[in-house]
Amino acid sequence: MSDEIKIKVSNLNFYYGKMQALKNINIDIMDKKITALIGPSGCGKSTLIRIFNRMCDLVIGAKAEGSVIFDGENILNSSIDIVKLRQKIGMVFQKPNPFPKTIFQNIAYGLEINGCKDKSFIKFKVEETLKKAALWEDVKDRLNDSALGLSGGQQQRLCIARALAVEAQVILFDEPCASLDPISTAKIEELILELQNNYAIIIVTHNMQQASRVSDYTAFMYLGDLIEFGSTNQIFTVPKNPKTEEYLSGKFG
Amino acid sequence: MNALKEKVIKSILSITAFASIAFLIGIVVTLFANSLTALKGIDQIQFLFSSDWAPYYSPAEYGILSMVISSALIGITAALVCIPLGIGTALYLNEIAGSAQRKILKPVIEILAGIPSIIFGFFAMAVLAPFLQNIFDLPSGLCILTASLTLGIMTIPVITSIAEDALGFVPIGFKEASYALGGNRWQTLIKVTIPAAASGIITSIILAIGRIVGETMIVLMVAGGSLAIPTSILAPARPMTSTIAAEMGEAAYGSLHFSALFEIGLLLFFMTFILNFISERISKKYRLKLGQGR
Amino acid sequence: MKNKIIQQFFFSLITISALITALFLLIIIFFIFKNGFNAISWEFITSVPKNGMTAGGVSPAIIGSFCLVAAAILFSLPLGLACAVYLQEYSPKNYIVDIVKTGVSNLASVPSVVFGLFGLAVFVKFFGFGVSILSGGLTLAILVLPNIITTSQEALSAVPYSFREASLALGATQWQTIRKVVLPAALPGILTGIILSIGRAAGETAPIMFTAAVFYKKGRPDSIMSEVMALPYHIYALMTEGVNPEKQTVIAYGCALILLVLVAVLSSLAVFIRNKYRSSYER
Repeated sequence: MSDEIKIKVSNLNFYYGKMQALKNINIDIMDKKITALIGPSGCGKSTLIRIFNRMCDLVIGAKAEGSVIFDGENILNSSIDIVKLRQKIGMVFQKPNPFPKTIFQNIAYGLEINGCKDKSFIKFKVEETLKKAALWEDVKDRLNDSALGLSGGQQQRLCIARALAVEAQVILFDEPCASLDPISTAKIEELILELQNNYAIIIVTHNMQQASRVSDYTAFMYLGDLIEFGSTNQIFTVPKNPKTEEYLSGKFG
Repeated sequence: MNALKEKVIKSILSITAFASIAFLIGIVVTLFANSLTALKGIDQIQFLFSSDWAPYYSPAEYGILSMVISSALIGITAALVCIPLGIGTALYLNEIAGSAQRKILKPVIEILAGIPSIIFGFFAMAVLAPFLQNIFDLPSGLCILTASLTLGIMTIPVITSIAEDALGFVPIGFKEASYALGGNRWQTLIKVTIPAAASGIITSIILAIGRIVGETMIVLMVAGGSLAIPTSILAPARPMTSTIAAEMGEAAYGSLHFSALFEIGLLLFFMTFILNFISERISKKYRLKLGQGR
Repeated sequence: MKNKIIQQFFFSLITISALITALFLLIIIFFIFKNGFNAISWEFITSVPKNGMTAGGVSPAIIGSFCLVAAAILFSLPLGLACAVYLQEYSPKNYIVDIVKTGVSNLASVPSVVFGLFGLAVFVKFFGFGVSILSGGLTLAILVLPNIITTSQEALSAVPYSFREASLALGATQWQTIRKVVLPAALPGILTGIILSIGRAAGETAPIMFTAAVFYKKGRPDSIMSEVMALPYHIYALMTEGVNPEKQTVIAYGCALILLVLVAVLSSLAVFIRNKYRSSYER
């Protein structure tokens, strides 16, 4: 277990037009650990996670200040190659969003757009990542069926596999279980715990139990501020900030 | 490398996009440019309010009143055919027909809505006109009634198709609420479903009216072509569109006559825009009322 | 009780109106099929008109219509699709784009004779293309352009945003995302628009009257600069020109049947594709 910092966020401010969505955020994301972002709706946790792979660029009028250091570079710099960045930092979304293609093509997609033409390598990668995502046994006989025919939980695991295939180092989960049933949720959580051995993982969640079950570190955000950040154990047992305590005990949110 | 490729593709796309928009703006510009001679050379009061259209006389006369009246008269009579039948059929499909029946009839109606007008015009000329001539003992079957009936029948599927879509989009909960309060099917239909679908129904009617007034081939073939102000629906008439089609081939390029025909085209063009504007306004208003603002 | 009678009365009225509609449309289709079948034969489809348009076939009109439609789609498809992709995927979302969108959809309902005027003034006269496949094809292309733009744009906007997000998050560029994810997903919708546009272009008469079509043309068109016969115009000309109306009407029935079947097959195909894919992303 290394205690290496994977992403270092310093003095990060973020604006949608005139609205300030993030206020002076400082946070270190550790490698091979799971960091949970919690807080009520609109607190900025989804915005923060979308800065890590610059998906926030897709919103008009978005503007970021400060620094987010990843691999020795400030990813907020306009000179950064967003395409490369997004390959290194994968993302899994709230709603499973497989492409309307076959299961095989869904995984192969990321490799193909990066110019990989080696068929046998792609085949190998598809099997490897599906295994990593604990989906191989479910789908090995129907790789050429449409991904839309899978169940919600299977689709979400496919989306995770898809992100793993492009050799991501960090995986961002944006409420990955929000639209899943409890059994599928348990499977995804199990998978996330397993993945932490090789990846830095950031997970946005509304579900307190989920945060306490899976994460090593927890950040509580409120109205664009990072109120408290620490080990999950500490946050959930002895929160320092009264706001955190109120939130965790269900007084608001 | 990738970034450059992206930029090149984006520029190509934007250039093509602007080219097609330029083409479409070109239509308006062309209509205006070619109408200029007429706008300057013909007294506009006379143009709009005289019914003497005699481009081959000297001095030539350009008054389009009779055409406007013919267009309006044909439009109104055709609307009397297509609105009740079109909406009636839509209500039938939505409320009375079973789902198996609707599954077949809906696509059929959509396919019928796409039949080219020339086929209706041909039928009217070959079958309907002689038939009406016999019944009403007319000197010729080519008259307003023939044209209106044909236009009316042609636009029934247009209205039915769009109106049925609108009826189908009404949330089932609205109907259930009405049934739960003891409303029967007719009361529910008239008090709940139809008002909720009103914007789509009105849009379908306006679209059909636009199709009727803008239709050329049918009126050219069976309206009779007389330039006198029509006195009854059994009289022959010549609306705006068929004048353009009938005379365009003979008018010399750049002449006052040529330009006058373009001005009629310009009027038709503005008429479509006004109809579209009204229909957009109506659908916006109703959508807000229903709280389905999108 | 009274309510029940009222309902009975109005439902009968609705049913009667549906029956009248069906009757009207069936009569028209019946006449065209019955008389058209008598006129149609293999020879009718493959041979040229004879005896001053009173006998023989209509093959030049079929070929001419095919050329016009092909030219129209060739011009309008790349332009329209590129325009839709640009407006939907690249252009900043502001009021100018809204105006453009409204303008484009308004143009879709402009009377076709107005497009004919435009084609005459611009392609036939101004550019000097004369009465030709080129002029007629371009005019039809402009006529269906708003349709292609609007339907393609609707198809693109129906593709869930999450597909784009997923692709971008995997490190795809915007163009890769559009080409490999968005366009394939929107294909059925785009195809529906194209097929309907083909049907529309094949059936329109007024736009080609002054720009491309003639009543009789000896031999096949040899270049895009030659004038052509076309099915819809041929029906019109057979009914309004010539010296032997009775014999010409028989031929016109044949043409009408060919055109009717052609357009009906195209729109059935479009309706089929649309219904098949309509709900595939709704979960």
